[in-house]
Amino acid sequence: MIHDPATWLYPTAKGLYCAPGDFYIDPSRPVDRAVITHGHADHARPGNRSVMATRQTLDIMQVRYGERAGGCLQALNFGETITINGVNVGMAPAGHILGAAQVIVDWKGYRAVISGDYKRAIDPTCAGFEVVRCNLFITEATFGLPVFVHENAATEAARLVASLSASAHRTHLLGVYGLGKCQRMISLVRSAGYEKPIYLHGTLQGLCDYYASQGVNLGELRPFADQRPDDLRGELVLCPPSAIADRWSRRMSDPLTAFASGWMRVRARARQRDTEFPIVISDHADWPELLQTISDVEAGEIWVTHGREDALLHQVSTMGLKGRALALVGFEDEGE
Amino acid sequence: MQVFAELMNRLAFTSSRNAKLDLMQDYFRTTPDPDRGIALAVLTDGLGLRLPFRRLVTQLMEPHVDPVLYKLSRDYVGDTAETVSLLWPARKGEGPVPTLPEIHRTLKSLKRTDAGPVLSGWLDTLDANGRWALLKLVTGGLRIGVSARLAKTAIAQAFNHNVADVEEVWHGLSLPYENLFAWLEGRADKPDPGDTPVFRPVMLAHPLEGDDLAKLEPRDWVAEWKWDGIRVQLAGNGRELRLYSRTGDDISRSFPDISDGFQGFSGVADGELLVMRDDDIAPFSDLQQRLNRKNVSTAMMKNFPAHIRFYDLLFDRSEDIRASNLPTRRKRLEALLSAGKFTRASLSEVIGFESFDELTILRDGAREANIEGLMLKHIASAYLAGRPRGYWFKWKRDALTADCVLMYAQRGSGKRSSFYSDYTFGAWRTGENGQNELVPVGKAYSGFTDDELKRLDRFVRDNTVERFGPVRAVTQELVFEVAFDAVQPSSRHKSGIAMRFPRIHRIRWDKPANEADRLDTLLTFIAR
Ligand SMILES: [Zn+2]
Ligand SMILES: [Zn+2]
Repeated sequence: MIHDPATWLYPTAKGLYCAPGDFYIDPSRPVDRAVITHGHADHARPGNRSVMATRQTLDIMQVRYGERAGGCLQALNFGETITINGVNVGMAPAGHILGAAQVIVDWKGYRAVISGDYKRAIDPTCAGFEVVRCNLFITEATFGLPVFVHENAATEAARLVASLSASAHRTHLLGVYGLGKCQRMISLVRSAGYEKPIYLHGTLQGLCDYYASQGVNLGELRPFADQRPDDLRGELVLCPPSAIADRWSRRMSDPLTAFASGWMRVRARARQRDTEFPIVISDHADWPELLQTISDVEAGEIWVTHGREDALLHQVSTMGLKGRALALVGFEDEGE
Repeated sequence: MQVFAELMNRLAFTSSRNAKLDLMQDYFRTTPDPDRGIALAVLTDGLGLRLPFRRLVTQLMEPHVDPVLYKLSRDYVGDTAETVSLLWPARKGEGPVPTLPEIHRTLKSLKRTDAGPVLSGWLDTLDANGRWALLKLVTGGLRIGVSARLAKTAIAQAFNHNVADVEEVWHGLSLPYENLFAWLEGRADKPDPGDTPVFRPVMLAHPLEGDDLAKLEPRDWVAEWKWDGIRVQLAGNGRELRLYSRTGDDISRSFPDISDGFQGFSGVADGELLVMRDDDIAPFSDLQQRLNRKNVSTAMMKNFPAHIRFYDLLFDRSEDIRASNLPTRRKRLEALLSAGKFTRASLSEVIGFESFDELTILRDGAREANIEGLMLKHIASAYLAGRPRGYWFKWKRDALTADCVLMYAQRGSGKRSSFYSDYTFGAWRTGENGQNELVPVGKAYSGFTDDELKRLDRFVRDNTVERFGPVRAVTQELVFEVAFDAVQPSSRHKSGIAMRFPRIHRIRWDKPANEADRLDTLLTFIAR
């Protein structure tokens, strides 16, 4: 009975539910007790009565949601364990963004690990992924197709820095998601030797300040709003992806638009974004990393949550493992 | 190959013309011979390689990838060469990356049976973008939005030359263009094309505007009809004959009937390519049937016979007469054509007139669909490359207009990518249910000011009723006064018509949509 995890850990209309512990992991609707893997909006939603997550994830939720972050916030850091109704819950780094955790659930000697979102590539803005051996591994599959092999992030960042000097007459407008990708890109161009101030769309400032307070070195950041657009030729400006196609971007004349995402691997997707400079960097595992992780955790059973599960499930079965697609509501397939 | 692959990738994602030129100029300045010459050939479509790609791909990919995963990937990516470039197992660093000259040399003499191993050896040395560029290169389908002329403009500008100078020597050159680069860089004299029938830059006209006419003295000007065909240049040395487009593309292969009709022709002449049956010039849509075809059937040549109406002569046999005045060149042209008994040739008629008023009446009276208006040429003008001011004017007859209703809008590209700047508009007709409905009749993306564009963009965003990808359907209430040169019958369009050169003449914010024109009205414009 225990050894069929589906009897006690299963998807419901509100999200993935652990019955003996009476808690939800990354619920899509407000619940009494939520365990949250990381701060992205499709995983961490406001309005839960009690929330358990890493300190940094709780902080991020407060930056984003303020009062609505949750009734009772309880920090559970990497390496710590807590018992909820007889179920042991622990956290291990997922390497996805600052504070991102895999949730470890132990019940009666059976161990399930819920990965949330994760990556294996090195990222100095967050703790690196830790392999946790388990019986059941629940993995994301955002990039669950063999065509998705991300580029080396440092090399991609160096290309961007090179373009900043080669096309010095054009403002480089880089579209990034506000949590994680934004700070990682800044940190990457800093490591590539870019020392000038970087300009931020207003909505990106808050989380950058938070990352900086956690010791992530982002160098000098300036608000875009204070600048005369013509003074920004040859400068790097970061904004949320939606702002590129929006009226906001018209203030700059002839900007070079760049976009950093794992989706940029595929030309049709990059063209859809209408981006001039696609950068193949992602905070999600690419195909080789998914396979590597599935083999590292040595689990007999693999469940696949959001993303492109058909190819990954096919692969899992050729690896001789038991696979299952978890139809979970509320996750953004496109999200990064 | 790595640098070239990066160039291909950047070009594929760059939509602005200037940004493309910047990228290419940078490449040609910093890349040595003979690599850049091969790259230039690729960009001007002169490598002529076509490997049997589909068969090769299955052979190459089979050992590496599970068929289920291959199919899922191919479906997602949507392009076979790209799928292969992404699925190819990364072994980057296996041996030295091949250079462009090496690839070119090897492929030229490659036996089909060796193609697989050679290609897979190269793929092993490259990263994903490099593999994509290589596969596109060997299959000949680059599609990166660079025309031959744009590439020529880039090399000219990279070394501070005029593109006309490059065009003038272009067709006498061959791979890898080392003498061209040596000249551009000032290390050698201009390449001498000898008697090869090369392209000579054409002379272009300015539109006659506002009070231009009042400033002209009628006696100094020669008038001719402006025909609605395509501008061509015929160049021959008595043995070899070439037909060039206005931009210097060699289009001889599409017109074997022209080659037959001008055997023995020696000189360089300027004229209008038309389809002509008996003595009637066919509408432009007939000529379109003949354009951009690699293979031309006998039936095609019989049904759409090509013809050149000449108006100028640049070279009389091997003698350059471009510096002579117009009447002199005209006499030489007449003599050359009558001496050769060329079929498929006629002379552009010179229209006699005393005053511009008289000419205006003639212009407005010409309602044949294939006359666009008049050309005015200064009698003392030499044949000058480019678009010099004050010598040649095109005096188009007034455009036709119709009131149409905005139906769909799409985001533009480049600088306009954040604006809904491409508009599809429709005219009214009675639908099957007896109700009035709009049917799309044309698409325009010009004719408005920047301020108007902002207001239109706001209108589109505020009045969107449905989205289809990048396209938005809007409430059918905004009227455009659309100007166009002609209306042609078209079986490809739901409305049964196609507008020629539609542009927005005025935005009628004031006009109720139900007062816009009906399709029936537009049909009356056909062949007017
Ligand atoms: Zn995430
Ligand atoms: Zn996610």
